[in-house]
Amino acid sequence: MSSVIDGFAVVLEPANLLYCLVGVVIGMLIGVLPGLGPAATIAILLPITFGLEPVTAVIMLAGIFYGAQYGGTVTSVLLRLPGEASSVVTVFDGHALARQGRAGAALGIAAIGSFIGGTLSIVALTLVAPIVAGFALDFGPPEYTVLALLGIMLVSTISSGGRIRALTAAAIGLLLATVGRDDFTSAERFTFGNLSLADGIDFVPIAMGLFGLGEILYNLEERHRAVQAPTRVTNVWPSRADLRQSSGAIGRGSVIGFVLGILPGGGAVLSSMAAYALEKRRSKHPERFGQGAIEGVAAPETANNAAATSSFIPLLSLGIPANATMAVIFGALLIQGVTPGPQLVTEHPELFWGVVNSMYLGNVLLLIMSIPLLGVFVRILRVRAAVLAPITVLITLVGAYTVNNSIFDIGLVIGFGVLGYLMKKAGFDPGPMVLAFVLGSLLETSLRRSLLLFDGDLTGFLTRPISGVLAAAFLAVILLPLARTLLRRRHPKPSREAEGQADSSLPAEGQADSSLPAVGPEGSAEPAGRSVPNVVGAAGGDQRRAGPVSQQTVRRDPNPEESE
Amino acid sequence: MTVLVGYLPTVEGEAAFAAALDEAARRSESVLLVNSPRDGAPVSADVAAPDDLAALAGRAAEAGVSLEIRQAAHTGQFADVLLEIADDTRASVIVIGLRRRSPVGKLFLGSTAQQILLNADHPVLAVKPLRR
Repeated sequence: MSSVIDGFAVVLEPANLLYCLVGVVIGMLIGVLPGLGPAATIAILLPITFGLEPVTAVIMLAGIFYGAQYGGTVTSVLLRLPGEASSVVTVFDGHALARQGRAGAALGIAAIGSFIGGTLSIVALTLVAPIVAGFALDFGPPEYTVLALLGIMLVSTISSGGRIRALTAAAIGLLLATVGRDDFTSAERFTFGNLSLADGIDFVPIAMGLFGLGEILYNLEERHRAVQAPTRVTNVWPSRADLRQSSGAIGRGSVIGFVLGILPGGGAVLSSMAAYALEKRRSKHPERFGQGAIEGVAAPETANNAAATSSFIPLLSLGIPANATMAVIFGALLIQGVTPGPQLVTEHPELFWGVVNSMYLGNVLLLIMSIPLLGVFVRILRVRAAVLAPITVLITLVGAYTVNNSIFDIGLVIGFGVLGYLMKKAGFDPGPMVLAFVLGSLLETSLRRSLLLFDGDLTGFLTRPISGVLAAAFLAVILLPLARTLLRRRHPKPSREAEGQADSSLPAEGQADSSLPAVGPEGSAEPAGRSVPNVVGAAGGDQRRAGPVSQQTVRRDPNPEESE
Repeated sequence: MTVLVGYLPTVEGEAAFAAALDEAARRSESVLLVNSPRDGAPVSADVAAPDDLAALAGRAAEAGVSLEIRQAAHTGQFADVLLEIADDTRASVIVIGLRRRSPVGKLFLGSTAQQILLNADHPVLAVKPLRR
């Protein structure tokens, strides 16, 4: 308990307070900008964090992540232009409310919901993360091997752009992780005699290239139809009726967001969709949704903030990043010389509790900032891409150079930037690739250690209880969708195939609901794991309905994938 | 033949539109209104809101002048775009609003109005909003 309070002392250090503010302001700004997402921004800003203390660095990066969830709402509501993928569903009801002249109420309830969702999630994080970490202290190399495999598999299954493509990307990521000197035998692998490759490829140029430069290049292709600047938003305080109507939605949104945030591949995008779908399904008047239902704003905005917070749990307690943004923060920690994992809570309590407690402060700052400074944030949208893109590219490349003072790294960033751009164009999500790269070295070391432990006997993974359960979950994740595909092929249903085409354009595939219950066995790690299947099932159902609409509004959506 | 007016949702644009209506009524010609933001940004202060344009159309109908509205984003210089439209539609007069810009500001930022005045092959009517 005393370490929790010590954490507040860490947060209140002036430097940390300042960087918390800097983080949430940057987060708000890039949340408003439709082009840059949190993963890209954090990747671009990685070099800046080098000179900082580890705690300060992660406080700032975390601020960017949850700040972006607030910012994305603003443009969704006012301009029908989702700033972030996680605010896409807010467009339906948020913009409808704005057209009725109730933009203030929509933004107000979104800010309040985000605050409540975020705060509840921090409280739960405070309670759950140390327990998970304590449980994970029993993990040995075999457990980590299977856990890393499971993480990569789940992320590939739930990521956007289809499973085959995600798996391909993940496989390339794993391959990239093997470049460099072998840790056990010191044999050089895939270095082609190049000294710069002898130590392996650094995480920073990969993240900066795939997320940063790739996204900037991809966004240059986008053409916006300029819209008029929104009029001043007045009366941001939602009415008492609004609050009463959305209190249930905020509560359910918090729970959904928290649970889905923990799951690998879940995160803010999936949880906002699931929360919206659940509200629509529960509502007595589902036809109100899309016409300006206040719950339709409250639920997804609450859920995406709760998820942004809770996705820190697997990172800080297990050392397994749950989504692309967490993978970048994982990289930031590694650069600082801190290896995230179960020992983090005990070995670096000031880091763990400092970061967790800074989120309380960050949420308060965001709540205060989000409403009065709205006009300032919307102004940034007037900056043309022709001005913004060169500046961000310059920052990215200069930053990449400063890490190791190496021109080779700049070349890597450009190379991976072009790769990331081409991947996005071809409908591949770079997320699984970066994640697999990060988990790749963990996977390799723990796999080889366990094989030494087992004398090369693979069945050793199945006989240890924890790794056995995890391995069963892993197999279930692979086999369940496969079995479903086979069954479907045997009994073809024409109507279902048509539906499959409509929903495949969204991040969560319809098949996601079949793979998620497989996480159940892991349930000991997360108390609320049981409610997941229903929730995700609801999400899948709604996407089928919302498919055509969101195809127009999801800007950063890769090309729709053919039905499997 | 038509009266071409470059419109922005500002006092200057308002003055230009009013002058264009008068001019069109005098010449018994139609008005072609061009409202064109620069391409590339998601939000632009230069875009006239739909309500705004509807009000303008109402005023034109009241004055008995037929009004055509073109609202498309442009790349490059707005002066070139406007002059090209003037050539295509064989405008009888181009109406623009002038805003106050200091000599230093003009040195750095240039002036669309100046370019139009210097390069136009058509008569140009430059209007300033009433000072209050």
